Amino acid sequence: MRIAMFATCLGDTMFPDAPRATALLLTRLGHEVVFPPGQTCCGQMHVNTGYQPDALPLVENYAENFGDGSIDAIVAPSGSCVGSVRHQHEIVADRYGTPALCGRVETVKAKTYELSELLVDVLGVTDVGANFPHRVTYHPTCHSLRMLGVGDKPLQLLRAVRDIDLVELPAADACCGFGGTFAIKNAETSTAMLADKIRNVADTGAEFCCASDSSCLMHIGGGMSRLQMGTRTIHLAEILAATESMEVTA
Amino acid sequence: MSGVSLGLPAVPPRAPEGVGFLRGTEKFPAAARHELANAQLRRNIGKATHTIRAKRLHVTGELPDWEDLRDAGAAIKTDVMSRLPELLEQLEAAVVARGGTVHWAADANEANAIVTDLVRATGSDEVIKVKSMATQEIELNEHLEANGIHAYETDLAELIVQLGHDKPSHILVPAIHRNRSEIREIFLREMADVDPDLDDNPKHLAAAARKFLRHKFMTVPVAISGANFGVAETGTLGVVESEGNGRMCLTMPQTLITVMGIEKVIPTYRDLEVFLQLLPRSSTGERMNPYTSMWTGVTPGDGPQDFHLVLLDNGRTAALADGVGRQALNCIRCSACLNVCPVYERTGGHAYGSTYPGPIGAVLTPQLAGMDGKDDPNSTLPFASSLCGACYDACPVKIDIPSLLVELRHQKVQKSGFGAEAAAMKAASVAMSSAKLFTLAQKAAGLGRVVAGKKGKISKLPPPLSGWTDARDIPAPPAQTFRQWWDSTEGRAAIAAARKDGDR
Repeated sequence: MRIAMFATCLGDTMFPDAPRATALLLTRLGHEVVFPPGQTCCGQMHVNTGYQPDALPLVENYAENFGDGSIDAIVAPSGSCVGSVRHQHEIVADRYGTPALCGRVETVKAKTYELSELLVDVLGVTDVGANFPHRVTYHPTCHSLRMLGVGDKPLQLLRAVRDIDLVELPAADACCGFGGTFAIKNAETSTAMLADKIRNVADTGAEFCCASDSSCLMHIGGGMSRLQMGTRTIHLAEILAATESMEVTA
Repeated sequence: MSGVSLGLPAVPPRAPEGVGFLRGTEKFPAAARHELANAQLRRNIGKATHTIRAKRLHVTGELPDWEDLRDAGAAIKTDVMSRLPELLEQLEAAVVARGGTVHWAADANEANAIVTDLVRATGSDEVIKVKSMATQEIELNEHLEANGIHAYETDLAELIVQLGHDKPSHILVPAIHRNRSEIREIFLREMADVDPDLDDNPKHLAAAARKFLRHKFMTVPVAISGANFGVAETGTLGVVESEGNGRMCLTMPQTLITVMGIEKVIPTYRDLEVFLQLLPRSSTGERMNPYTSMWTGVTPGDGPQDFHLVLLDNGRTAALADGVGRQALNCIRCSACLNVCPVYERTGGHAYGSTYPGPIGAVLTPQLAGMDGKDDPNSTLPFASSLCGACYDACPVKIDIPSLLVELRHQKVQKSGFGAEAAAMKAASVAMSSAKLFTLAQKAAGLGRVVAGKKGKISKLPPPLSGWTDARDIPAPPAQTFRQWWDSTEGRAAIAAARKDGDR
């Protein structure tokens, strides 16, 4: 398959390990990965904070850069950004865009997948041949869990990883408190939610807290860093891309 | 453009300011700060919501057609909202035909005046009440008190809140923020003739409340209720409750006055089949609520002989006028969204400043009462959510609360002036509108490495970003962005190696 990689603005700029691992993993599985260089951001921050007109250029940019007919699928290592493409782009396009944009948004949306969806549903693979000899706990991010409904696909993938010690996270489906600008506008409430999440991660004794959204990992990791906890955060793609010959550099 | 001005459609009025509980005194973040500092409250609320949450999951999971029921509930409610005027007129005609009297109240002031006049006409200076969200919303008890009429709440939790000179903190469990030793103290302080040796055994507390209430049921001639449902077809009103105190109010007095929000109408008696399954399972986690009371007009010689229905708008038509936001009117007040909300779990209900707290309150309150002013606490409610979506999953009538929150944020921003946040958003939009500008912005972000220094992390930023760094670090930006790596010799070599690896 010819798969276009949407690195996401945060992945591209701050957490390149996640899109890098996604690209390497899909290539190793025999697919052609392309990176449309005009891509930037899905515009979720603007929509979720109330600035829909400002999201319009970003929605247009996404539709333009991923609209190439030769692309079979678009993948992003982020449930949240895929959720935005799937559920928010049409709201913005309907309200502020042209009918032509609405059509392009529909086409592109239908091809956009979160990593675990692409692997399990589209490519039909759960064992990606990864090897990761570490104790890992998995946090299902809200948007992948509820907005996309990925279910246990990430866990199916993780369970197939060689030598992994996968431990269940208590209250796994509770929000970590990130919520984009919520973490700043309602900092105290966000921090209270984060504190409970971190306590649950600590209780697992895991070396790595894994999720499929760099934004949530940035939040959880930022809190654990402040507390100087030994547990590190890692993106699902990085574990799936890890083979015996590879060193993890999270 | 035509030369004739047809005028703009009139915006239906919002709930009036200065009466009722649809607006707090503080913005949500500030109000939440006080509540977060109360460790006892957080423990009380955390324990209660987790208990109800688990019960709810158990009883909804055992119904094979739960999802179909949710769809049916959503469909009936959507139908109701699309032909509300017609259904309300049908309800009115049916109630009148069965000997009741119907009053229309445009807002809280009108409803309070109507009820006060009706009570006055009976000559009583006391009323007993079934727990009612609508009468709380319009501040009826306080209005009656100011007119020399004392209202006694008969729902146990409402009574605790009333005697504690407190406000409810939850739709279903108004005293959720109180534990039993606090309740004991309230009873000892506020109830006449209470046993001074009363301990905090729940049974003994309930017995004390029962003794207090029984006297009221036997002597007070007027009752005021809300309504969970009003059936247009038959004029039947319904209240579901757990203690039977509501049934005492609905049957013992001579005069019964029901205050019902206009969105509570349902088309047919048969529709109750759907809601009487959805409501108890979603709210208390019970298969069936203990007491379901239904009454239709007046029955000579049985029950109240004088029945009044007050149909309350108070901003509901304004909410209905919003094509997206109107979904909030589908709410059947089960409180499932409160019990699963991680924000509500930490802050409790008071932080929302409204009779309707939690996720549904965050969308309903601003629509009923407006969120126009810059300093309006209601304007902060749509932002009081991390958009985690747990509320949407739990809602028995599938109200897409996260999307409504996002829509109300949009409406709020549209009305606001251009400030620092709008400037930052505009700048971000421009920077990310093309890859060329985005790459420049990434270079600027790379300066974060300088700020981060040797530690490799940023731990202090100026406001408003200090909201983040007060509790969380930010890692130093990496030396190489993804797109730089992708275009590098190293990146190309890594992809080539992966391809080879796959071929093996």
